[in-house]
Amino acid sequence: MNRLTRKQSRFSIKTVLAFCLSMALLFSLFACGGGGGVTETEEVDLAPTAGGTIRLATTTSTKDSGLLDAILPVFEAETGIKVEVISVGSGEAMALGESGEADVLLVHSPAAEKKFVEEGHADATGRKDVMFNDFVIIGPASDPAGILTVASNDAVATFAMIAGVEATFISRNDNSGTHSKENSIWEKTGITPDGAWYVRAGDGMGAVIAMANEMLGYTLADRATWLSNAAKTELIIVCEKDPSNILYNQYGVICVNPDKDTNINHEGAVAFQQWITSPAAQKLIGEYGKAEFGEALFTPNA
Amino acid sequence: MDYIFDGIVQAIGLILSGDPVIFEVVGLSLRVSGTSVLIAVLIGIPLGILIGTREFIGKRVLLRIIYTCMSLPPVILGLFVFLILMRQGPLGAYQLNYTPTAMIIAQTLLVTPIVMGLTYNIVRDRAKDVGRLGKTLGGTGVSNVFLMLREVKGGLVIALVSAFGRAISEVGAVMIVGGNITGKTRVMTTYIAELRSMGDYSQAIAVGIILLLLSLIVNTILYQFQQRDEK
Repeated sequence: MNRLTRKQSRFSIKTVLAFCLSMALLFSLFACGGGGGVTETEEVDLAPTAGGTIRLATTTSTKDSGLLDAILPVFEAETGIKVEVISVGSGEAMALGESGEADVLLVHSPAAEKKFVEEGHADATGRKDVMFNDFVIIGPASDPAGILTVASNDAVATFAMIAGVEATFISRNDNSGTHSKENSIWEKTGITPDGAWYVRAGDGMGAVIAMANEMLGYTLADRATWLSNAAKTELIIVCEKDPSNILYNQYGVICVNPDKDTNINHEGAVAFQQWITSPAAQKLIGEYGKAEFGEALFTPNA
Repeated sequence: MDYIFDGIVQAIGLILSGDPVIFEVVGLSLRVSGTSVLIAVLIGIPLGILIGTREFIGKRVLLRIIYTCMSLPPVILGLFVFLILMRQGPLGAYQLNYTPTAMIIAQTLLVTPIVMGLTYNIVRDRAKDVGRLGKTLGGTGVSNVFLMLREVKGGLVIALVSAFGRAISEVGAVMIVGGNITGKTRVMTTYIAELRSMGDYSQAIAVGIILLLLSLIVNTILYQFQQRDEK
């Protein structure tokens, strides 16, 4: 009995020690957690001239095309403001603005942006133009719907022809700017696309281009994402530069209404809006992509 | 085919080159999932032992809830945590969304039921024996928990491995509450998703291979503990 008790007490101490050790480990992990990403932002917050951190909710195309990675470091270096990029569809980006979760938006869905401003989700300045590029309709090189010879400059006719022969079409179907543009083109054709040929992807631009490549389908893509993905696919542009300007793709910057939430960094957001529409940043945007793709991906027009 | 081969070559290159981006992403993955599993262990194992060694009213209902939570989809959990932590949500004042802390909260909620449920299962069969032994030794409730811990510690490694595997490999929850912010909340799984959406398949595979290697290393270490324990 005596032996047993001693044995038990020895193990108890051992387990208690193990418990203490794991607690210590846990706290050190937490401490190290604080020492990592979190402190960095705090340091920026304390810098007197800097505006801390801003959260930029933006469309996937500005990130996936590599534009933001190219220009944001310049903004961060000039202002000391750190930019956290949340790259989602334009619809979701605006939802993040509406709930005060983001400080500033860079999106391309003019109709939805107009509504956003009208409903009072933006600050007093409202929305500002930043840049544009255009949409292209891409499809398999074999062009099963025969668009190239007939409608290579007519987006509405292209969509009608795709629906006519029920060629595979991949829709973003994610409430993004590209998706709302696609919907507006379908509206003009008077067709409600439906059936096995109309694939609702619910995914980002790059992923949908890859899907179109795999499924030998057509899709609507912004030129920037298309150019940065073109080499990886066997797809071609079947329709572009529609003279009616229906394929025009305008990007705008909106500061979220600071009254929404006390945590919104409005100062930082305004600094970003002013910077990205400034001549220096506009020049950076106009240069981006020339070296890699032989043409600029976006045309600045602030 | 090329993508897969290129990916393997790139993975080796990335590991050897000591690319800071990769180290940052891997480091955050380990930090977030490791912390989550540790907290889950501290909560889940004692509670699992208590549930396994005691009879009480509502035990069956509680177990059913725990088992259900073991297969909770990370996306649902991520959305739930996101809404709670939103600036205008109930815990909005802490401004935790899009931080590693939010990711740890989400993953802890995700894996605690796993640790708890598996612990319960391991403990249940030994409960009577250990309970009797504890009584003989005149132990209290707390010391009985420690006694049980000692008896089943080999089996608990399985709970740990399962929890860590679940945490390090999930993408749904950390994507929603973390937002995949470069240099701040980007972990391996969300980075792979990002690379895929950018069409950079080779790099995506490279990161995937590193993720697998990491799991292999962690599991090997844990397995060693179990082996040593069974000797």
